[in-house]
Amino acid sequence: MDIISKIEQAGLVGRGGAGFPVAKKWEAVKNAAGDKKYVVCNAAEGEPGVLKDDYILEHYADRLIDGIKIAIDFLSERRPTSTGRRTSGYLYLRHDYYKKFRKKLAALIKNSAIEIFVEPLSAGYIGGEESAVLNAIEGQRIEPRLKPPLPAVRGLWNRPTLINNAETFYNVSLAAAGGYNNKRFYTISGDCLNEGVYELADDWLIEKILRHTNNYPKFEFFLQAGGGASGEVLNAGQLARPVGGAGSIAVFSLAKHDFKKTVKNWLDFFIKESCGQCAPCREGVLRLREVLIAEKIDWNLFNELLDNLSDASLCALGASVSAPIRSLVNNVFQQVS
Amino acid sequence: MKKISIKINSQAIICDEGKTIMQAARDHGVYLPDLCFHPDLSVKANCRICVVEVKGHNKLATACSTFVQDGLEISTDSERVKRSRNLNLELIFAEHIEKCPTCVWRLNCKLLELADRYKIEITRFKDRKGKRKVYKFANAVEIDGTQCIDCRNCLDACKQMQKINFLKLTGKGADQEIVPVSAGWRRNGKIDCIYCGQCAVHCPVGAAQEQTQWQLVEKVLRDNPPKSPLYKGGKILVAQFAPSIRVSIGEEFGAPYGKIVAGQVAAALKKLGFNYVFDVNFGADITTIVETEELKQRLKAGGALPMFTACCPAWVKYAEFYRPDLIPNLTTARSPQMHAAGLVKTYWAEAMKIDPKNITVVSIMPCTAKKYEAGRAELKVNGLLPVDYVITTRELAFMIKKNKIDFLKLKPEAADNPLGAASGAAAIYGGTGGVMKAALRELGNRRLRTVTVNGIGGIEEVLANLNDYDYVEVMACPDGCIGGGGQPIPTTAAIRKKRLSALHKIDAKSEVRKAHENQAAVKALEWLEGKGKLKEQVLFTKYRRRS
Repeated sequence: MDIISKIEQAGLVGRGGAGFPVAKKWEAVKNAAGDKKYVVCNAAEGEPGVLKDDYILEHYADRLIDGIKIAIDFLSERRPTSTGRRTSGYLYLRHDYYKKFRKKLAALIKNSAIEIFVEPLSAGYIGGEESAVLNAIEGQRIEPRLKPPLPAVRGLWNRPTLINNAETFYNVSLAAAGGYNNKRFYTISGDCLNEGVYELADDWLIEKILRHTNNYPKFEFFLQAGGGASGEVLNAGQLARPVGGAGSIAVFSLAKHDFKKTVKNWLDFFIKESCGQCAPCREGVLRLREVLIAEKIDWNLFNELLDNLSDASLCALGASVSAPIRSLVNNVFQQVS
Repeated sequence: MKKISIKINSQAIICDEGKTIMQAARDHGVYLPDLCFHPDLSVKANCRICVVEVKGHNKLATACSTFVQDGLEISTDSERVKRSRNLNLELIFAEHIEKCPTCVWRLNCKLLELADRYKIEITRFKDRKGKRKVYKFANAVEIDGTQCIDCRNCLDACKQMQKINFLKLTGKGADQEIVPVSAGWRRNGKIDCIYCGQCAVHCPVGAAQEQTQWQLVEKVLRDNPPKSPLYKGGKILVAQFAPSIRVSIGEEFGAPYGKIVAGQVAAALKKLGFNYVFDVNFGADITTIVETEELKQRLKAGGALPMFTACCPAWVKYAEFYRPDLIPNLTTARSPQMHAAGLVKTYWAEAMKIDPKNITVVSIMPCTAKKYEAGRAELKVNGLLPVDYVITTRELAFMIKKNKIDFLKLKPEAADNPLGAASGAAAIYGGTGGVMKAALRELGNRRLRTVTVNGIGGIEEVLANLNDYDYVEVMACPDGCIGGGGQPIPTTAAIRKKRLSALHKIDAKSEVRKAHENQAAVKALEWLEGKGKLKEQVLFTKYRRRS
């Protein structure tokens, strides 16, 4: 059975957060015209509260590298080898992960077409967005590119580029070996006793995960699921659903978190991390904070700015700013509005 | 091209595949606003004011960057679109400190137009860039951070088009700022501004613009109301306008692109209060004669070849800074504005019995670098700078509007003589290849290996193959002066083409086609004969390394 069939059979979806079918992405790159192609493994882990790439590098680095090699082989297949490699790979690595795992990784990529690219310290949250990753490797300003073209068609140096999350390559390696059994990594953090990364079934519901890991709070709480910046906020009554996104669960004690402070922290984060390309995000998050900290919140304007972010931002990260804020209002602090 | 059918605001439209929604909409008369979009530059889609709603899409789409597909149903004016578009405009407005009273954009400001069209609240958010810096590049161009809306057009003009890379983007998010390269921004030895002003002519909001001199010109005009030339002690005010102005300035008043308005320019300048209006085309004929003579000499005597034109001051700055080794190859002939003005303050002053110190010469140029050229000390003639002030096409248009002169209704007037007569060869100086063509007309049947560069971004290829040429024309701006940094906004490839063909029309209609057949020019040159140092000063210049 070929690798695409194996990936399809395993039902792999991207683990960066968007959940795009892996086989579809791989075939798109395969079918894109170009004599030179690239594979990029995104281990930037820019989403706060997600630590699974770290966990994979610690425990399954061999699998991760194997997954990248499988992708390189897949894209190099049936191409003349006499003219040298036609596909090469980059492992795009968060700076501190590089420091931690460099020796191990160097040994694993020896004699392969994989090169490590260390994410610049200044890259920040946006540095994990897939097209921003490509810019970083090219030495361009680190910010998302306008799409289309998609990286699959014109990615690194305008060549067709397959970019997947670290966990995705890990899963590909498992699927290729027939060992994928529908698990994923969850990062649990916040006001809970057993913070950490857990590898559990991908269809478990949030409540089950929290109880299984002994993290279900004994106090009033809400949580943010999927990603630490873009994840949706849920109350205790909404936990009968899978986690989604990048697999994070951040628990917030209601006693310790009031509405304004929580949102202000998020907005401070977005203000700091916005790449500044588009008006809805560059200007919008700044003005959202103004509205928020005003004595009386202008809810019309507040909602208008949120709508504009989800409707008109240039990239998916800008568009996702509204999700946590809106769900925090709707699911936890209905009384504030 | 495959035809597809789409719907815009419920109206069925057949259009070509491969167009953007913006193109398709505009082709069919549907208005769409833009700020960051410029046909000369790659699409960035960062202002987000051209958002439209596409049926079936989750998010709004930017019309400038989204391609049409068969069956697409687009709304350009739904409630959702309006909310987002207007909000983005309001957000952008708060980045731009309004300096309307002194802004040459005031009377055709895109931001104000959009505010009016959509009835937006321009003060909904507090201005946030009050403390940003203004960066000035020589006396030619400036980038005013307090007005910048972060569209990055200037950056792309400097980088993609001109390949100078003098501007860079620093900071992140709301803190990002366009700054000149190198910390402290002064010369870093490797990169410097050439003052071409392509940043200014591609800026949608006047944040990048010329360093204006219209205030100074206005003051001169106010302090020196029109006087008889025989008036003792007062200033005589002389205006001279460049070849390319006459085919571009009409646009500022709603004339079609490429409308020839030389007569209205002369009339408007008179109306503004200038005593005399001369035509720089006269100077261009002088330049052609002097420069061709030099070329012949070099070919005969084995001087530095290829010889380069040097009437483009941005190119001269480029050569002096980036390729000082080529200085010997630049023609030593001055540029047309300098030839004309030098003769005004010598030849004409003598004939009119006016002390040259009492003559103020104002050039109207399509160019920001001409401001810099006018201040070059080595161009002094008898201790006086030939040109006192340089204003751009945009600045003149602004002054005309400000003085409520109905430009297009003016009765055309001829430029004053003797410095008003010109050949057709002079007219085409305003466009790429014109200087070259004018020279070749002088050279008759001689076969020369020539090349023209228009847009300094394309110069590398020519510089890499210098041995292939005898004579090289360089214009730093795309398509030459008609695409200059001081020209009306918008200036796009399509508009430049129309301006260019208007120049060729003037040439074709001219009775005199060759520079040396311009009797007035020949006479002026004869007057200089035997004047030794003065002749040297009026006609020639020198260059120096600036890196």
